[in-house]
Amino acid sequence: MRLVARIPELVVPALLVIAVAALGSFTSRTNEIHFQTALVDVAIVVGLYVFIGNSGVLSFGHVSFVAVGAFAAGLMTISPEIKRSIMPQLFPILRDHSLGNVESLALAAGLGAVFAFVAGLPLMRLSGLAAGIATLAVLGITHNVLFNYTKIGPGPTALTSIPETTGLVQGMIGALIAIATAWLYQLSRFGRLLRATREDPAAAQAVGVSIHRQRLIAFVLSGALCGLAGGLFVHAAGTITTEDVYLNLTFLTLAMLVVGGVGSLLGAVVGALLVSGLDSFLTTAEGGVHVLGVKIDLTDGTHLVVLGVAMALVLVLRPRGLTGSREFRLRRVRWWHSAEAAT
Amino acid sequence: MLQTVFNALALGSVYALMAVGIGLVFGVLRLVNFAYGQLIMAGAYALAIGSSHGWPEWVSVLTCFGVVIALSLLMELGLFRPLRGSSAATMLVATFAVAFLLQSIALLKFGSLVKTAAIFPGLFNPIAHGELETVRKITVVAIACAVVALVALTLLLGRTTIGLHMRAASQDFQTARALGVRANAVITVAVVLSGVLAAVVSVILVVQNPFVEPHFALRDTIIVLVGVVVGGIDRLWTATLGGFAIGVATSVFTDELSSAHSVYVDSFVFGLVILVLLVRPEGVFAPFRTRPVERA
Repeated sequence: MRLVARIPELVVPALLVIAVAALGSFTSRTNEIHFQTALVDVAIVVGLYVFIGNSGVLSFGHVSFVAVGAFAAGLMTISPEIKRSIMPQLFPILRDHSLGNVESLALAAGLGAVFAFVAGLPLMRLSGLAAGIATLAVLGITHNVLFNYTKIGPGPTALTSIPETTGLVQGMIGALIAIATAWLYQLSRFGRLLRATREDPAAAQAVGVSIHRQRLIAFVLSGALCGLAGGLFVHAAGTITTEDVYLNLTFLTLAMLVVGGVGSLLGAVVGALLVSGLDSFLTTAEGGVHVLGVKIDLTDGTHLVVLGVAMALVLVLRPRGLTGSREFRLRRVRWWHSAEAAT
Repeated sequence: MLQTVFNALALGSVYALMAVGIGLVFGVLRLVNFAYGQLIMAGAYALAIGSSHGWPEWVSVLTCFGVVIALSLLMELGLFRPLRGSSAATMLVATFAVAFLLQSIALLKFGSLVKTAAIFPGLFNPIAHGELETVRKITVVAIACAVVALVALTLLLGRTTIGLHMRAASQDFQTARALGVRANAVITVAVVLSGVLAAVVSVILVVQNPFVEPHFALRDTIIVLVGVVVGGIDRLWTATLGGFAIGVATSVFTDELSSAHSVYVDSFVFGLVILVLLVRPEGVFAPFRTRPVERA
């Protein structure tokens, strides 16, 4: 009975994603990329949500997993002939082999999980706030190595000629996989244990929950989802630089999660779709755009200013996000945490 | 060798000052100010503008202090105050948003090209000939500034009423208020002090590196934030030591790594951080005792 009551938690975010993909298929070729970006953003933000939402610990490091997934998936789908000519300095195993689209996505997810496990092992032992900031160290290392080490990637130049295999359908499937995984996790025993440590760490420890282990499980799972999202990211864009998966993306995805509502899957999806849409619109407007007959032409960089203001405003006016961190329920909408307490 | 020692002490001092600035605000507000680096960046732009208009150096420096302190107060009134009492994560994300906001504004206003701030160029000269030829005056000045600022701060916190109030507030804000500590006064003083330190840091950094751009001090801030956590964020002195230690480590890696590896300084520093955290997750300088239960 409980399970049936919680199905809308899965269905409503999934329907939103399907609707966006469907909407995207009716637009022009040039606008389609914005819908693809939105779907990829959903996958990243849901990945973030699995850890941040359930544990209450902020992470600035998840974009590392996106970066690793993106570079791995991108590099391994470029044909060996092209790699030999544009990146001859690569390790032979990376240079002389290539993978299909789906295999590369699986590789991205796997690498994300492994990386998250290695990084999480020491970091998850920290107290919540410290852990969040210390994840910056992981982001710092990832960016530093990817930017400089030319045996595993293009280094400071852009990685190009990646097959653009992620269209609306694959983006949608990726986002749906992320949503379904997040839903299953939050229904599971592990999800409940982790949320217990979020609500009251002392009480959770007193009944025998290992905070370290539960946080690590969620960290690895969200690392896998972020890796997968990275693979989708690179296959949707066809090109990537290390700056694409650094502080700006960290800010953007955290803004999406916070604006939607950190504590619910619905919040993650709504925030990702809304902020991604806004960001796409503003970025286009920086090149000049007509809206209802009015010409809007913004200066370059305006989109980050507007997003910064929007995020600060949402935080001040609605600290729990636009959805109030509540899940969608068919019965009368209740506060999320009181519903949790009844579980 | 001597040069390495001096550079390490200098960077350690600057990072210690930043760590104090972050730690002071954290003490009273339980808020990690992500936008601290952007305050320093704003100060640096003030210096750059002053120098491009040919203002006397003391006017530029005063402007820098004015801009940084005004921005700090603005942040306190516009953001920290409305968010007071919300969760640490919410406040951290909010300061993250402000950091990006300030950086994007700088990008819009000044563009991504560097502005040169020629200020106190004499400090760039070596302190003496002979063995000390490679040590610049600013290195010594940076160390001296840090020592003076830290001593002044210790006196302020230890010997004045407002210092006592601040220490009480960082122990237990609710109880301190109940006993008559005025919350707004204590927080305002902490924010202003942290702004003053940011301004000092921005003057030192600009003398060391006069090329100001929107990402100015961003890398330093990330390193210091990590350092503060490694040292132990719950106490001001452990946070300061953490900042100092990570500054020394960064500088030593920068000077001693061979040129082929020198691009990986950040990886070495952060890798060291992760190793240290494996051994002492409660902070390197935190007192040895059983780990306290995490506060919700």
